[in-house]
Amino acid sequence: MTTSTTPTMRVETVPQGGGKARRFGSPRAARPSRAAAWRKAILGALGIVLVGVAWELYKFIGPEKGFAIGDLILLPRTNDMSMPHIATMFERLAEPLTGASNSIMMWQAVVDASAFSLYVAAVGWIVGVSVGLLLALLMQRFRTAQSAVLPWIILSQTVPLIAIAPLVRRWGSQIQFGDFVWENWMSVALIASYLAFFPVSIGALQGLNSPDTNHVELFRSFGVGWWKTLFRLRIPASIPYLIPALQLAAANAVIGTIVAEVSIGLKGGIGRMIIEFAGAAGGDPGKPWAPIFGAVAIGLIAAGAVGVLALLVRRYRRGETNA
Amino acid sequence: MTGQDGKRTVQDSKTDQMAAAAQAADAPAVAAVNVGKVFDGKRGAQVVALEDINLTVARGEFVSLIGPSGCGKSTLMRLIADLDQPTSGDLTVFGKSAQQARLDQDYGIAFQQAGLLPWRTVRQNIELPLQLHKVGKAERSARSTELLKLVGLTDFGDNFPDQLSGGMQQRVAIARALAESPNLLLMDEPFGALDEMTREHMQGELAHICAETGAAVVFVTHSIPEAVFLADRVVVLSPRPGRIRAIVDVTFTGSVERTEHLRESDAFFSSVSEVREHLHGSADANPLGVDN
Repeated sequence: MTTSTTPTMRVETVPQGGGKARRFGSPRAARPSRAAAWRKAILGALGIVLVGVAWELYKFIGPEKGFAIGDLILLPRTNDMSMPHIATMFERLAEPLTGASNSIMMWQAVVDASAFSLYVAAVGWIVGVSVGLLLALLMQRFRTAQSAVLPWIILSQTVPLIAIAPLVRRWGSQIQFGDFVWENWMSVALIASYLAFFPVSIGALQGLNSPDTNHVELFRSFGVGWWKTLFRLRIPASIPYLIPALQLAAANAVIGTIVAEVSIGLKGGIGRMIIEFAGAAGGDPGKPWAPIFGAVAIGLIAAGAVGVLALLVRRYRRGETNA
Repeated sequence: MTGQDGKRTVQDSKTDQMAAAAQAADAPAVAAVNVGKVFDGKRGAQVVALEDINLTVARGEFVSLIGPSGCGKSTLMRLIADLDQPTSGDLTVFGKSAQQARLDQDYGIAFQQAGLLPWRTVRQNIELPLQLHKVGKAERSARSTELLKLVGLTDFGDNFPDQLSGGMQQRVAIARALAESPNLLLMDEPFGALDEMTREHMQGELAHICAETGAAVVFVTHSIPEAVFLADRVVVLSPRPGRIRAIVDVTFTGSVERTEHLRESDAFFSSVSEVREHLHGSADANPLGVDN
């Protein structure tokens, strides 16, 4: 798995000029009506159901042994080992993890591993977002910094994660100040942040530079300096660009965490669980799917958290309409 | 001894300050002497935007700058606002350098685009310059209430800019320019994006506001009737390189008040033709050349 496997996540587009409608009556931002919200929720649920239906339908009508010409597989096998029923996947979650009598339930194990991975991803996200914002500020402030740093930022994302993970682990193991000991999960968080900082630095730079000349000159006419212009103009104006960037960063942090757990061999997270359980597909077809559900849940929680953040700064996402 | 010396120095500097203040009090709003502006174009080519501009704007005077597109009328306003610097000549604003006047907030400015911050309410937009200069909350709110009343938007203080029409947005921009009670108002085609009816209405409002605040105004426009209707003097600039071709005094005997009646008067028409003649460079200019 490489960084290119970004999950499909709703990335909100940057508003262009905003809506033309003038609403004299309501001073607050117009929210979609209740009916529209329900419609949206029902359509979303319907989409998920459709994927399930498609899965079961293919399993029902597809050839048991699949279809291949030579070594080229055109249609996947539909037997219970390759494509378990959806019900099997969920039933497995409610069964004990192992055959041992004192075993915890599968779902508990998945929740524990997911929580661990989510924690690591969150640390990575926070570090990545901080670094990304700092780089964006630096590049906004100094044109030369932009010329010097931006190519490296883009170059940084072309290095395969698989290549840097063992390096980070080895460097980390040499770090030790006093009582502080670098642990493996920190290496994983660092790699997650390595993926997370990229969209933030690019998005924030674009956002900080988004105020048009008119606004920048207005602030100049007020006789205020860079810092005041930054806090009162550039940062508020960057929010519409920042929210999608933060969502991308959240997705990248989750992917980075899961992949780095595998590369570094960190135990306790969902990434390791996916690898461990993948081998069980032979006798226990529902088992490999359990941690995949966990990974999906982490992604949804991460995206949802940024969504909540976006709600808090809603006022900065209004478009200005011109005459 | 040193203490006395120190005291004397303080007194001296105080006298100097008072002298400077007295001088500043007499100084015209804008004084331009042989001002020129040359932009560096591509491959070392130089574009002369303004040449030999000599212009004095008295305190409380309304001066319109008019000229064909690209003649440098906006550039001249930008020089006064210290958004660009002249390459030659001497430009003072209230007896100070343009930069000092900008830092002292001696002028308020409004552009063709209202340029309101979309995340701020109308009231917060008007209070923006006050907030940036650390004016207290109570004082800010009192001032914005006053200005909302002045521009006739009392009921819209809590609305966001996207809920307002273009004309209303422009009024908010004017209120914002007036927030710090500047003695000079710089306006760069503030009504350029408005429809004709709104535009004439806004001109009436602006004339009223200027009469009330007593601020000097430098008003850039490309509409002859607008320039004549608003200004005490209309400065006609020539095509590039921008030079002052003529300064037309617009005096309406008997009617100081600039109201809609003025637009119908003979004096108004004769001033419009005079400006048009200067603009087109000859007396027998095409009368259809009035552009609004």
